[in-house]
Amino acid sequence: MKIIEVRNLRKKYPNHLAVEDVSFEVAEGEIFGILGPNGAGKTTTVECVAGLRKADGGTVRVTGLDPHEDRDELRQVLGMQLQSAALPEKIKVWEALDLYASFYPDPADWTELMERVGLGDKRDTTFKKLSGGQRQRLSVALALIGRPRVAVLDELTTGLDPQARRDTWELVEQIRESGVTIVLVTHFMEEAERLCDRLALIDAGKVVATDTPAGLIAQVGGEQRVRFRPSAPVDDAVLLAVPEVREVRRSGEQVTVSGSGNLAPAVTLALAQHQIVPGDLRIEQATLDDAFLALTGRKLS
Amino acid sequence: MRKILFVETKLHLRDWPSMLFTIGLPVMLLLVLGLSIPALSKTGASGLRGVDAQLPAMMTLLSLLVLACSVVPAVLTSYREQGVLKRMSTTPVHPARLLVVQLLINLATGTIATAVLIVSARLVFGAAMPRHWGWFVLAFLLGTAALLAIGLVIAALAPNGKTAPGIGAVVMQPLMLLGGVWIPHEVMPDVLRRISDFSVAGPVTQAITDAWAGQAPQPLHLVVIVVGLVVFGGLAVRFFRWE
Repeated sequence: MKIIEVRNLRKKYPNHLAVEDVSFEVAEGEIFGILGPNGAGKTTTVECVAGLRKADGGTVRVTGLDPHEDRDELRQVLGMQLQSAALPEKIKVWEALDLYASFYPDPADWTELMERVGLGDKRDTTFKKLSGGQRQRLSVALALIGRPRVAVLDELTTGLDPQARRDTWELVEQIRESGVTIVLVTHFMEEAERLCDRLALIDAGKVVATDTPAGLIAQVGGEQRVRFRPSAPVDDAVLLAVPEVREVRRSGEQVTVSGSGNLAPAVTLALAQHQIVPGDLRIEQATLDDAFLALTGRKLS
Repeated sequence: MRKILFVETKLHLRDWPSMLFTIGLPVMLLLVLGLSIPALSKTGASGLRGVDAQLPAMMTLLSLLVLACSVVPAVLTSYREQGVLKRMSTTPVHPARLLVVQLLINLATGTIATAVLIVSARLVFGAAMPRHWGWFVLAFLLGTAALLAIGLVIAALAPNGKTAPGIGAVVMQPLMLLGGVWIPHEVMPDVLRRISDFSVAGPVTQAITDAWAGQAPQPLHLVVIVVGLVVFGGLAVRFFRWE
């Protein structure tokens, strides 16, 4: 049995249809990503999964529980970090952890959890004085304090600086290693590519595709580009003779070769056979952004 | 529940400016008005001075109004706006507990303010202690509950934390007038006095004043307070939003 099963989920707000038809399954122990542009229905989807909203249609099961019917049991197995939910300004880190621990019958040891998320030296700091990254780490700790089997992390790194973002990613990987299944909602392609085992691309309330990050990129053909400045003049024919190459373009001294497969090694080998060295060599591979663009006709961000 | 009460009490105490407002201001006004207005120290028709019952009762209302119209809406709208209530609804404990705790804390603050007023009036003016404790406690508890229910309605209807204090102030000023904080009930023009009798705030002051002076509150006043509690409590339950 999958730990989360969502079938034909539908949720309508008074003025718009937030989720039209979303289905996916999450296996135990994986990091499952829900990736899509702002307003695609990602947050509404996970709020239905977490029992914060009642779906208008479809079925949702988390460890076999119905989020709406089995409200209390669900909250024992699912922890959720909400997008931009704060705490009272004057609450201290340890007080928040201690308070939330008291909400669960068998909570985690909060002192240990505080160390694990790197807030050990912020024990007596009030919420107001925490940085954005520290707040998010506290938020993650609160989502984990009830020893959940599933943790939903919604837009965890939005608004964080690059360093704080990378620290938070490491934290997410650590959580998975401790055996918790993670549902990660994000609109950052890089985050999804780095962390997720599998992901669902969502656009306008529908799942466009579900696959591994590499699988999604491969679906769009895996177009690659190689750019370089040749050390000596090179004829287009030399490059076009390489089977992997589809197109050659030049701008000034720079040559851009597009193609697929093992493009970069094939091109450099062909150049080497003519004693040409590719300077400023750069390889551009298709990304999830390209996959999203190809699948929906729109840019992700 | 006990831990929520404990943590929220600590947070409440850390917010000392609001404590100063709800406890310090009424006591200070009691002393300033009582010492500077000679008429309040003259024995009236009832055989009591203004400082014996009426002035402390007016200041009790002031303290309760600040709690109900300013403190409660500010805290609850900010909890809603910042997602504190929503975050709690992801745990096995329903955020309604947090609301109950907030009301208990504000009731406690109002009780402390009233106790300080009683003691100050006694020490400074030699005023009598409330003469009818039973009625006094009943009038205070019902009155506080009805006023806090008004505060909950403000918190429920205010679109966000920025507008809540404004709405609170707009509600509080007429209630202060009708409750007799500016003009004592018996010197109000007839029309105003009649409105005051039905304004919840007016009956709260009157019922507390009567009990303080040793009389049973007028049935009309108690009925208005209870109706206010039921109506505003019902509206708050109907319209309160958790996010």
